[in-house]
Amino acid sequence: MRAAPALTVAVFLLPIAAGLVGTLLPAFGYLPAIGGSAFNLDGWRRLASYPGFRSSVAVTLTTGVVTSVLAVFVAFGFCAIAHGLGWMRRIGGWLAPILAAPHSAIAIGLAFLIAPSGWIVRALSPWLTGWTVPPDVATVGDAAGFALVLGLLLKEVPYLVLMIVGAMSQVPVQQHLAIARSLGYASTESWVKTILPQIYPQIRLPIYAVIAFSLSVVDVALILGPSNPPTLAVLAVRWFADADIQFYFPAAAAATLLLLLVVAVIAAWFGVERIAIGLGRRWIARGRRRSGVTFGASVAAGAFGIVFALSLAALVGMALWSFAVQWRFPDALPQAWSLANWMRRLDGLAVPAWQTLLIGAMATAIALVLVVGCLENEARARRRPGAGALWMLYVPLLVPQVAFLFGAQVLLVRANFDGTLAAVVWAHLIFVLPYLFLSLADPWRAFDPRYARTAASLGASPARVLFAIKLPILLRPVLIACAVAFAVSVGQYLATLFAGNGRVATLTTDAVTLAGGADRRVIGAYSLLQALFPLLAYLFAAALPALLFARRRGLAATP
Amino acid sequence: MRLFGVLLLLAGMGFGAAAQAQDLKWNEVVAKARGQTVNWNAWAGDEKTNAFIAWVGEEVGRRYGIKVNHVKLKDTAESVARVVAERAAGRNSDGTVDLIWINGPNFLAMKQQSLLFGPFTHVLPNFAYVDTARKRSNLIDFTIPVDGFESPWRMAQIVFVYDSKRVQQMPGSAVELLAWAKKNPGRLTHPSVRNFLGATFLKQALYELAPDPSVLQTPATDEKFAAVTTPLWAWYEQLLPALWRQGRQFPENGPAQRQLLNDAEIDLMISFNPAEAAVSIDAGLLPDSVRTLVFAKGTIGNTSFVAIPYNAASKEGAMVVADFLLEPATQARAQDFRQMGNFTVLDLSKVSPEARKRFDDLPKSPALPTNAELGTTLLEPHPSWMTRIAAEWEKRYTK
Repeated sequence: MRAAPALTVAVFLLPIAAGLVGTLLPAFGYLPAIGGSAFNLDGWRRLASYPGFRSSVAVTLTTGVVTSVLAVFVAFGFCAIAHGLGWMRRIGGWLAPILAAPHSAIAIGLAFLIAPSGWIVRALSPWLTGWTVPPDVATVGDAAGFALVLGLLLKEVPYLVLMIVGAMSQVPVQQHLAIARSLGYASTESWVKTILPQIYPQIRLPIYAVIAFSLSVVDVALILGPSNPPTLAVLAVRWFADADIQFYFPAAAAATLLLLLVVAVIAAWFGVERIAIGLGRRWIARGRRRSGVTFGASVAAGAFGIVFALSLAALVGMALWSFAVQWRFPDALPQAWSLANWMRRLDGLAVPAWQTLLIGAMATAIALVLVVGCLENEARARRRPGAGALWMLYVPLLVPQVAFLFGAQVLLVRANFDGTLAAVVWAHLIFVLPYLFLSLADPWRAFDPRYARTAASLGASPARVLFAIKLPILLRPVLIACAVAFAVSVGQYLATLFAGNGRVATLTTDAVTLAGGADRRVIGAYSLLQALFPLLAYLFAAALPALLFARRRGLAATP
Repeated sequence: MRLFGVLLLLAGMGFGAAAQAQDLKWNEVVAKARGQTVNWNAWAGDEKTNAFIAWVGEEVGRRYGIKVNHVKLKDTAESVARVVAERAAGRNSDGTVDLIWINGPNFLAMKQQSLLFGPFTHVLPNFAYVDTARKRSNLIDFTIPVDGFESPWRMAQIVFVYDSKRVQQMPGSAVELLAWAKKNPGRLTHPSVRNFLGATFLKQALYELAPDPSVLQTPATDEKFAAVTTPLWAWYEQLLPALWRQGRQFPENGPAQRQLLNDAEIDLMISFNPAEAAVSIDAGLLPDSVRTLVFAKGTIGNTSFVAIPYNAASKEGAMVVADFLLEPATQARAQDFRQMGNFTVLDLSKVSPEARKRFDDLPKSPALPTNAELGTTLLEPHPSWMTRIAAEWEKRYTK
């Protein structure tokens, strides 16, 4: 157990160090393999002189910040209103399809939904609008990034809601609410003034992950975001993949700049948090029984409803496409249906599906063992490990994948380790572990220590406490964290590509290459397939605690 | 030419094994290839092409005992990056990439950095059928001499695909295209000029608008570029507001553009595959009413090749696959629009009468142009023109 933090850091240290070196050095001109042998600022100069540089940075920042703010507002507002409702207990199950679907699938589905030739317009044309050809309006790929913000919200809001629900299970919600309401506060007000401040520290890390993701996302930005100029992350990816290898230097510079932006925005958010804490305390202490909170939360809940509806519609649209033969504008539904598309898929499916499952299960299992080990170690030693060691865990989430992975790939090739399944599991582990850690850390740390003390006083060893007391009580957060981690593994594209050297095929690598052919029927089928495994994991996470603890009300109940 | 090739090899690579490409005998190659696994890195965005590659794998497996593994790429540059990474890591043999579907700038990059095995095409028996007289792009890849470092396998030529239900007047030149676009605003677009197809849209117009097109075969310099492309930008400035989304947004690549045509967002699109209309109708990717048109004075054409990296683990297997791709029966099957629909690189007068009959018996379609309709193929300009056009376009139209 004591070895766990050291082991985790060791597993991480090599690829992360290699990855950072692979990003920072070329940003300053050093990459001998392509002739860059002296440190210089050429990469930065080329980046700054790119015609759309300022707009690119501007659109990256605005979409990233707006998305994060809206996601937090909608998630908290929705939970404030809906926390007491019966079906919230099973919210994990409701949100499972959306959480399980890969970002690109939801993005493509949304693009089909809101495009001028998309489903919404098709449903209304030509009887309502009179259009026989789509109007020439940019609803997707607009320069301001509205479509991008919407597409990101569709995935981030359910994720935050899930984290909030998980955090609520560690706080005595009913008792607090009972007291607040008896003092005359409305239900929503009570939640915002008593529960939110308590669970916010547990949501802080997921929020930072959301900020980092919104700023550095590539696939959603490619589908929904502006292209001329694109966001900084897309620019970096474009340049890394350019046939002219000399573009590596500005690409690495762009990736480094993106990293700095992410750090800056997170730091700014932290600053705003401090201010909000001060102001918030005074606001709560003032004791107004009714403020605009209920109204704000209602707006947020309405927004959540729209987000939820759009996500489902996006997925249903892609599902319909997978069964379609042809679907022309302005038909509201495909003219002809067939199973031929699915039958064609079956041939190529067995190997990628099996490899996806295997890699995901192994990466999640190893990550779980390491994370539980670290957290237990921390709990037993009664201290937090140094901030420096654990920050290392979050670097994979902050650095754009492309930059990071080239350095890691060179390392793997040198060690002759590339192209194997184990290498891919290791590469996935780098991204799975942070998500699992930050989904599990705060529920774990918030575990009431009195349970462990009682068990110890009854003679249980620390190991017994862990397996017999702690894990069963924390089963729901653990399973949710595992489901999140598994979904992250299934959705990995670049990691599989780089570590596997093209030899390891997963559902996602096949889906991305086929998506290059822009056939919505194929994309639809693969989106559903990609969503299937994580969906099962989420449903499992939602259902298993209820099943196992059917006769233990304290464990099965959700506040 | 041969001596030059040998000197290039010895000077550029010096790894010993490559120098033996000169003396290889075909039966030795085939014998050594048996049992090898060839990792063929090829763009995998098109299902029909993927199916064709799978079929090639089955056939060479049966005939030569070679296993072909289709490494699916989103972009050929990924493969180039992989070989670069392997060289950076010191892996000079036993590489993971055996065969790459490649041409143009990617080929130039690899050839310049000595990342390719060869010359090897003179060893391939079926290379004798390749049309080197009338299809010059088989020997000159974007003005770079191939020198046997890559073997051709499919032809491409610029055509325009349009929806015959909505387009009544067919534009036959760049100038007519501008007039058409002005009358039908928002119904035409082209892929982003960063994409090779988008860049070719501008190159095609440049051929027509440039005062002297022959200068395009020479490398571009700053003064030459400014002088030659002035009429192009003048034409494009007028075209831009009439494009889809008023020219503020462009589809990323050919397939994305095809989806716009299928969604009825545009009526006319550019394509590199003369059989695109027929193939897409067959696959349900475009409606039955689409047809193909070619510009009156000819359009740009090029060849797609397969090349072998210097450190490939299965060089002999890769050569056998390259030779199989040149077999007349394989080329005929590739030209069948129900399979892939790519016009052949072979000279049909060099093949046997039975093979020629295979080509004559291929299915026809109203959307498929005949060889006569395709007219003259214009050679691709020097790659420096494409990079400069793309950079200039980005500078002018990226705000």
